[in-house]
Amino acid sequence: MIARLTSTIAAVAIAAGAWSFALSTPANAAGEEIEIPSHDWSFKGPFGTYDRGALQRGFQIYKNVCASCHALNYVAYRNLEHFGYNEDEVKAIAAEATVIDGPNDEGEMFERPGKPSDRFVAPFANDKAARAANGGAFPPDLSMIVKARPDGANYVRSLLLGYVDPPADFKMMEGMNYNAYFGGHQIAMAKPLYGDDVTYEDGTPTSIEQEAEDVVTFLAWASEPEMEERKRAGVMTLLFLLVFTGLLYATKRKIWADVH
Amino acid sequence: MAANFSNPVVRWIDHRLPIFTFLHHEAHEYPTPKNLSYWWNFGSLAGIALVIMIVTGITLAMHYTPHVDYAFSSVERIMRDVNFGWLIRYIHMNGASFFFIVVYIHIFRGLYYGSYKAPREILWMLGVVIMLLMMATAFMGYVLPWGQMSFWGATVITNLFSAIPLIGDPIVTWLWGGFSVDNPTLNRFFSLHFLLPFVIVGVVILHIVALHRFGSNNPLGIDVKGQKDTIPFHPYYTIKDAFGLGVFLIFFAAFVFFAPNYMGHPDNYIPANPLSTPAHIVPEWYFLPFYAILRAIPDKLGGVLFMFGSIAVLFVLPWLDRSPVRSGQFRPIFKIFFWILLVDVVFLTWLGGKPAEGTYVILARFATAYYFIHFLVVLPALSIFETPKPLPKSISEPVLGAGGGFAGATAAPREKV
Repeated sequence: MIARLTSTIAAVAIAAGAWSFALSTPANAAGEEIEIPSHDWSFKGPFGTYDRGALQRGFQIYKNVCASCHALNYVAYRNLEHFGYNEDEVKAIAAEATVIDGPNDEGEMFERPGKPSDRFVAPFANDKAARAANGGAFPPDLSMIVKARPDGANYVRSLLLGYVDPPADFKMMEGMNYNAYFGGHQIAMAKPLYGDDVTYEDGTPTSIEQEAEDVVTFLAWASEPEMEERKRAGVMTLLFLLVFTGLLYATKRKIWADVH
Repeated sequence: MAANFSNPVVRWIDHRLPIFTFLHHEAHEYPTPKNLSYWWNFGSLAGIALVIMIVTGITLAMHYTPHVDYAFSSVERIMRDVNFGWLIRYIHMNGASFFFIVVYIHIFRGLYYGSYKAPREILWMLGVVIMLLMMATAFMGYVLPWGQMSFWGATVITNLFSAIPLIGDPIVTWLWGGFSVDNPTLNRFFSLHFLLPFVIVGVVILHIVALHRFGSNNPLGIDVKGQKDTIPFHPYYTIKDAFGLGVFLIFFAAFVFFAPNYMGHPDNYIPANPLSTPAHIVPEWYFLPFYAILRAIPDKLGGVLFMFGSIAVLFVLPWLDRSPVRSGQFRPIFKIFFWILLVDVVFLTWLGGKPAEGTYVILARFATAYYFIHFLVVLPALSIFETPKPLPKSISEPVLGAGGGFAGATAAPREKV
């Protein structure tokens, strides 16, 4: 009985392994394979959480560097409470933004300070304006950038650190920048981080690696704000299921005792 | 036959509407072969997966907006702003994959143990219908989040119909409700994605009716000879299915909570953009073997025909494999070819995820050819040339060992009912 059970489970595991092997298809199979270095993230693994300091610092980088071109349309100011900011701090952060609201009773649009319930105010009025201001290239919304790219966190970090000198024979198009990790190596975005781009409120040294790690942690949170809750619920669910399934197995053995 | 219910209310209702007698008959005392292995768990698991999909799907539909301008945002709002929306969506998203995993194992179990053979041909064919309906449902469901893969997957697959001679293009226009995949397409896909699961429920009921006509096949593939070969469904198989469900949920929860996007494609978190084609348009993993067959054939119409043919061949399987022996356990050569077929299908799955170029296409052609050879040449030939091993006289004989010393034990369960 147990032998048959284990052989069944083994067979299922082998089948699952075969499937997952069949599925492990690199996304950019056609062009050149670009190896993306892995980084040790605070949010990796089944118990990983977003480092709160990194979230606050990463938000500072986003606000001071990225936000001049990239929107964050799916994140609201109220979501920042997750970083450990209290209600008043969130209100203050939201109020720094100017929101165009309306129409009012006179039929006019008007400006007002942001509220915690507002979503992050986008840098451009629309996509066309965004393109016009960026030489025709559209700076994508960053709300989901980490889950919308294969191996997203490592990819975005590599990209931010990947502005190196092009190989001598590399033909560069007008207005493009060389990046070691971008597909095709020509990216419209100019090198965004140099190190010492901001002064961190918590005094952490602002090396380019530190800045990249912080802003990617922030963007990973923006992509999957539910991750910590999800993993916590997952641990509870699995513990329950393991015990419950064990009990079901014992019951099954008892009921079947007189059959075998 | 009519069960003796002690509860007077149940008795009163049952006298007028014999629903309790029916359930007692079909889900309680229903005689089931006593030697079913854990491979027989996957039927009930598939049923449970269907229920999980319908419950989460209806909940998602309460928050989803089927419009090209809002669909993507509404899904992201479900993930971020609806209470436990992320959980409901991830269950639904991964549930589709797990539904297919369970059903594919269920199908391969049927293939190995000859569950498609007389008198279970219609049972098998209804199963193939369910699989087709599942594929249609899953395909349309994948379009709803309106990400890049949603849009381009829909474009590629609906375009297949343009391969039909003469009326192909009008049919595609009719399917789209316009001249490209657009809002009318999304709307009708949503409507059909909501409808089809209930059609599946209907066919599942027929599948169970056909199953209960002759009862389950079993690992030995021989007919039940009498009461000593069977045990009542409840409590024996209810508890065994419950335990199997527990194991299933452990795997399922591991994905939902810890790798929810592992089986999805990152491009589907980019909003649909008709002006920008992804470098590689790949369907969900469960379509990859069929996608590989489609692309293996150099001609568009030919590819479509072979792809649908790979499923159509399953419909006539009961008449291709004429061997009177059901179970692969007693078919030494069939057994080898069964495993080769399994490897072939896994290989096709892998190829389906690769770009259609160079060696991949050549390999896909061989794998496709082998798939059809298995069903159209190997199985009919084996029915003639293979000498099966001798079959046991009855189910209880091998279970009890040659002596049959435990004869009393088999009678006991019936008395307890």
